[in-house]
Amino acid sequence: MNYLLLIYSNEAEFKALGETGLKKMSDEYTEFTKSIVQGGQFKAGDRLKPASTASTVRVRNGKTAITDGPFAETREQLGGYYLIEAKNLDEATAIAARIPGARIGSIEVRPIWPLTG
Amino acid sequence: MSASAAGNVEEVFRREAGRVLATLIRLLGDFDLAEEAQQDAFAAAIEQWPAQGMPDNPRAWLISAGRNKAIDRIRREVFFREKIFDRELAAAQCDVLAEIDESDEAIFGDDRLRLIFTCCHPALNAEAQIALTLREVCGLSTQAVARAFLVSEETMAQRLVRAKRKIRDAGIPYETPDPAVLDQRIDGVLAVVYGVFTEGYAATAGAQLIDVELCAEAIRLGRLLDTLLPGNTGVMGLLALMLLHDARRSSRVSDAGDVVLLDDQDRSQWDQAEISEGLTLVDKSLTARGQVSPYAVQAAIAALHVRAGDKQATDWPQIVGLYEVLLRLQPTPVIELNHAVAVSMVDGAARALDLVDSLAARGRVTQYHLLHAARGRFLQQLGRIEEAREAYGTALKTAALEPERRFLAARMAAI
Repeated sequence: MNYLLLIYSNEAEFKALGETGLKKMSDEYTEFTKSIVQGGQFKAGDRLKPASTASTVRVRNGKTAITDGPFAETREQLGGYYLIEAKNLDEATAIAARIPGARIGSIEVRPIWPLTG
Repeated sequence: MSASAAGNVEEVFRREAGRVLATLIRLLGDFDLAEEAQQDAFAAAIEQWPAQGMPDNPRAWLISAGRNKAIDRIRREVFFREKIFDRELAAAQCDVLAEIDESDEAIFGDDRLRLIFTCCHPALNAEAQIALTLREVCGLSTQAVARAFLVSEETMAQRLVRAKRKIRDAGIPYETPDPAVLDQRIDGVLAVVYGVFTEGYAATAGAQLIDVELCAEAIRLGRLLDTLLPGNTGVMGLLALMLLHDARRSSRVSDAGDVVLLDDQDRSQWDQAEISEGLTLVDKSLTARGQVSPYAVQAAIAALHVRAGDKQATDWPQIVGLYEVLLRLQPTPVIELNHAVAVSMVDGAARALDLVDSLAARGRVTQYHLLHAARGRFLQQLGRIEEAREAYGTALKTAALEPERRFLAARMAAI
């Protein structure tokens, strides 16, 4: 099964890690990504620019409305994601727990709806 | 079918239902399909057993009948909706046809554990875990589970459907967890079993104080876990705790449905068989290797109450000591409150009142009626009558259960 691991954290707290903290975390991410690539679970993954760069699009009655900012203002913001392949939810949550960001934020684990037909 | 033959068949169904379902879920990889298959198998048995006689191994018969009925169902489905589910169904069918030795007791035990761990998976919400366990592991009807939760049957049916859908769609495995995470996951299972028990022991709202059926189901689950995971300190501790509470069940409420405090309970009514089983398990859990289980410590406290011939003989200093151990393992407000009550028996009401006031000052439990009831009692013992009356009044306002409300009102009136 494929799972999307959505990495949420508070951007302000993230900044507060400082230069050395960020460098350390970045190294840990490199290490983690390498490990799931080698394990054959990695399908895709990226870091996102801050939520302040987000735009939200809605189409209502054929009219497109674009607004500034993320879909919802929350304490923690979506900061990145991994798309992985795992045997089941237990394997997916175990991988999510190894994401460095899990220690300061939260990882939402979402099964991918397979395309049918 | 003669009445006694019908009785036998029902007996077999009751005994085998849990095992048959647990194995069918593994073979078919789907809860709903397995439930239908189980019902089909039971229906076939009612039809065939009276004429052909009960098979030598009714369980294997039921599983293989259920499996075959499920294959028929799958074939029909495939015929109608070939393209969409092709691959999944082919896989399921392949599993179904895999040969297994159905007489192997170990496999059945494993399947029941798989079912328990799946129903108690932390990715399901706490209420869904309890509901699923009662429905799938204990085999309670949806109606009975709905009654336990004080919701309509329809609401409960929807909740169960949602939980089963999450199991399927999120890929919650039908597996006993790896040894690396087993201990953590057992804690979750024990929380569910204890949740069933406490739900039964003190129904959270309404007029009836004890739901006997839920207590019995929880104890049955505890015994099952003790068989499936022998020597586990947490399982033994929890089973001991439930038995020692349950032994006093009948004396906890008067004939009129009123609360009877431990001191005033008729000890001759206590269930001696449950007590001796509970006492043996406490000792086994506390002396076994492995981490000390908070359930075992609570059971040890219950054991001291039970062992004492009367309230004067109760070993309060040791109870205070055990609460201090428990507070290190599980620092919760409820345990702090119980600790304070025990302290009042050793060091007096003044020190106990300090502890309760410090707990209340941290503001986490101001809505908890027993905190105010305890304050009232300590204040009364200290002769601070007006404040005591006020504390009982607050307790009365926050208590939800009718019998507890009557008890508090009586306390207040007696000042």
